[in-house]
Amino acid sequence: MTDRSLLELAEQVAGWARDGEEVEAYVARGRDTDVQVFSGEVESLSSAESARIGIRVVRNHRQGFAYAGSLDPDVIAETLDEARDNAGFASEDEFVGLAAPDGVAAASLDLWRDDLASYPTDVKVAQAIELERSVRAGDPRIRQVQAASWGDAAVSSAVATSTGIRASVRRTACFLTVNAVAGDSSDTQTGYGYSVGRGPSDLDLDKAAADAVERATRLLGAVKPRSDHVTVVFEPRITATLFGILAGTLDGESVLKGRSLFANRLGEEVSVPGFTLVDDPTDPDAYGAAPFDAEGLATRRNVLIEGGMLQRFLYDTYAARRAGTVSTASAVRAGFKSGPGTGARALSVVPGSESPDEILARIGDGVLIQSISGVHSGVNPVSGDFSVGAEGMLVRAGALAGPVREFTIASTIQRMLSGVVGVGSDLERLPSSAAGLTLAIADIALSG
Amino acid sequence: MKTGGDFAEIYAEDRRATGAVLDDGRVEDLVSGRERGAGIRVVVGETTGFAHTSDLTEAGLITAADAAAGAAREGGGVVRTISLTRVAAPAPSRVEVLPETVAKADKVALLRRADETARATGGSIRQVNAVYGDNRRRILVANSDGVLASDDQVKTRFAVSCVANGDTGMQTGRESIGATIGFELFREVSVEELARMAAERAITKLSARPAPSGTLPVVIKQGSGGVLFHEACGHGLEADHIAKEVSVFTGRTGQLVASPLVTLVDDGTMTSEWGAIAIDDEGHPAARNVLIEDGVLTDYMWDWLRARKEGRQSSGNGRRENYQCLPMVRMTNTFVLAGAEDPDEIVRQTGHGVYVAQLGGGQVNTATGDFVFGMTEAYLIEDGQLTEPLRDANLIGNGPEVLRNIDVVGNDFAMGSPGTCGKQGQGVPVGTGQPTLRVSALTVGGTAR
Repeated sequence: MTDRSLLELAEQVAGWARDGEEVEAYVARGRDTDVQVFSGEVESLSSAESARIGIRVVRNHRQGFAYAGSLDPDVIAETLDEARDNAGFASEDEFVGLAAPDGVAAASLDLWRDDLASYPTDVKVAQAIELERSVRAGDPRIRQVQAASWGDAAVSSAVATSTGIRASVRRTACFLTVNAVAGDSSDTQTGYGYSVGRGPSDLDLDKAAADAVERATRLLGAVKPRSDHVTVVFEPRITATLFGILAGTLDGESVLKGRSLFANRLGEEVSVPGFTLVDDPTDPDAYGAAPFDAEGLATRRNVLIEGGMLQRFLYDTYAARRAGTVSTASAVRAGFKSGPGTGARALSVVPGSESPDEILARIGDGVLIQSISGVHSGVNPVSGDFSVGAEGMLVRAGALAGPVREFTIASTIQRMLSGVVGVGSDLERLPSSAAGLTLAIADIALSG
Repeated sequence: MKTGGDFAEIYAEDRRATGAVLDDGRVEDLVSGRERGAGIRVVVGETTGFAHTSDLTEAGLITAADAAAGAAREGGGVVRTISLTRVAAPAPSRVEVLPETVAKADKVALLRRADETARATGGSIRQVNAVYGDNRRRILVANSDGVLASDDQVKTRFAVSCVANGDTGMQTGRESIGATIGFELFREVSVEELARMAAERAITKLSARPAPSGTLPVVIKQGSGGVLFHEACGHGLEADHIAKEVSVFTGRTGQLVASPLVTLVDDGTMTSEWGAIAIDDEGHPAARNVLIEDGVLTDYMWDWLRARKEGRQSSGNGRRENYQCLPMVRMTNTFVLAGAEDPDEIVRQTGHGVYVAQLGGGQVNTATGDFVFGMTEAYLIEDGQLTEPLRDANLIGNGPEVLRNIDVVGNDFAMGSPGTCGKQGQGVPVGTGQPTLRVSALTVGGTAR
């Protein structure tokens, strides 16, 4: 189905709104491939097409939602009926309502690569096999490759409402991922490598392989460090995760509902002068770039923290109305089984002037963190408590010393923000809602 | 059924779900959804081809089957006729009140009752989020080994999350319940009680001090810490990790891998528990599998693919999130059997340590055995007494070491809260359980100096 016919379908459903009713239809079609290889053979190859629809109905300031994994006409009709019925059970809320066109022009973004659609399956398979082979050949201490894979997806979607919204977008993405296992049974370490792009030409297989090998092998012989309070240097992959957590606390709906750490701190200093956090889905280089938000409004550049000062929260249409402001076009959909909520798409921190090595040299002693675990179980975005498992390298006299594992690092989100002592120049685009860069934070509790 | 492969399988699924969310004092959303489709798997040699479709017409299924067979590099042409035999499976959980027969208004009413109770629990409760969910998943599996099996899985759940405000900032408390039964869940479980527990947890934590930083004895309350075993050894006993030699438990059957006090079981047949199934998603009957007996590793968990390689039967652990996913080895209800000690005595015998009353989720690296899990309600133990509440933190340990360091196991037992286990992007419902027990040394990831 083409973009145009998807948009027409969404408009058709929105057009079924009855008097006094607002209807929003989100429709999408996707195609994806997943190749897993092991020991030089294809372990599995999956390919499939999927279709999905999510319908919101607002009537008498009450909202209902329904979804389905099919675009068959009978399913669409049933989904609309369900959403309509569900609206009757929600509480009345004067701020509930769909977005309406606000005159902001959408960024012109080219997120689709035709060459991915025509990329032959046997070449995808060959890439995954080559990735595994490169990792095995990368170092004699690599004893296993837990998983090496190729994945790709092409998705077209459209949103239309009875309030005049019409938006459509299509995007492609492909990935190579590999998990290397180094060492023997008495000392095993793992390292993850990947490369992601919109099309095959964006992928860097050698870098993915080299990353996995280096990360696994440099941890060999890792010891449990002694408990201490230390300066921690986070690699870009980790900071992308941290920025995502931070953005969750800057969501306008959480602020309104009394769940944000930063609720009454607009205009106040929450970080150091060198820290500026931006969410800019109009940036074509951002992985999460998108011309429209989940409600069909044109996305825009939102500066959340500027020079350490808290500048703005993210809003979707509902939260903005309730806060007496305008949407920042930050509606996102967490899958298709729920209606839009608020969230960031393309976060990044404005890079500093120091390279990662210069940061290490300046801080002298500390710990470089290459992976963290337990983010969902150890980070509480409401209280701000932060505690995660970690692996990495000790830093002594400004250089990497021995590897360390099986320890935690802990602080609070608030203290970490004000404890930033280094922002790297190495902005790295990552397959998430945030870009990463090397970031140093002082006085973090390390438990070993 | 036509196949040129060694094995062909069709898995069809029809799932309906209803959810309702109350937040900030308002019923925000009632959501209903339907997904149906089929996944087709063809295995040739070591290669699995897979395709899925939401088009259940004959044409749609044939297209998907061709795609799966093509993916598995089908040799082509061979026609085998297979006679299907219905699999005898344990009776599925008995459902008295199908949620789809319950008025939406009754589901919404539960949310309001929870909200009112939570807010009435204490003046510091500033925010309440309550979630109701039910789903019905009907599956049918047929394969070229002649298996024909079906199941009708109904699950109902409820969760309350509260935010309390105090001088020290905000704190959270959560409580949830879920079972493989219908709406009769709410005859057995009071949503008011869940709401009160969630609210009290948040209020208690307002006076919590930072958790310790360092290695301490940790006592884990019955029912709250099954996730420890899920992460410390459950994932490492899944045969796919074993086959690839990326588990610290590879090649260790028959050996002592845990304290002799530990007997670990995975049991999909525990009727009505959150991880209960009559058949797994490959059509194999659910089973009770003893994984560790008196500290000795007895067996791993198996799906069809990995069992075939070893020339043995599946253990009924082949599961998938939905028809769009390939099955793999997954846990069901995983628990440690009760021991002999009085749980109060365990605390009294612990001079200085941490008592964990509720755990959140966790994560493990099966290749290294290192795992973390989060504590969401915990207290300091001083001189054998529970004293101050502690703020949230993760604990970290190494699976085999932690299993050896379990030095006392209580004579109580409880299953815990419903969990969703994530593996390679697929989430499946799992149950966990354990008696009160103590790990003699575990690293607590707090900030206290």
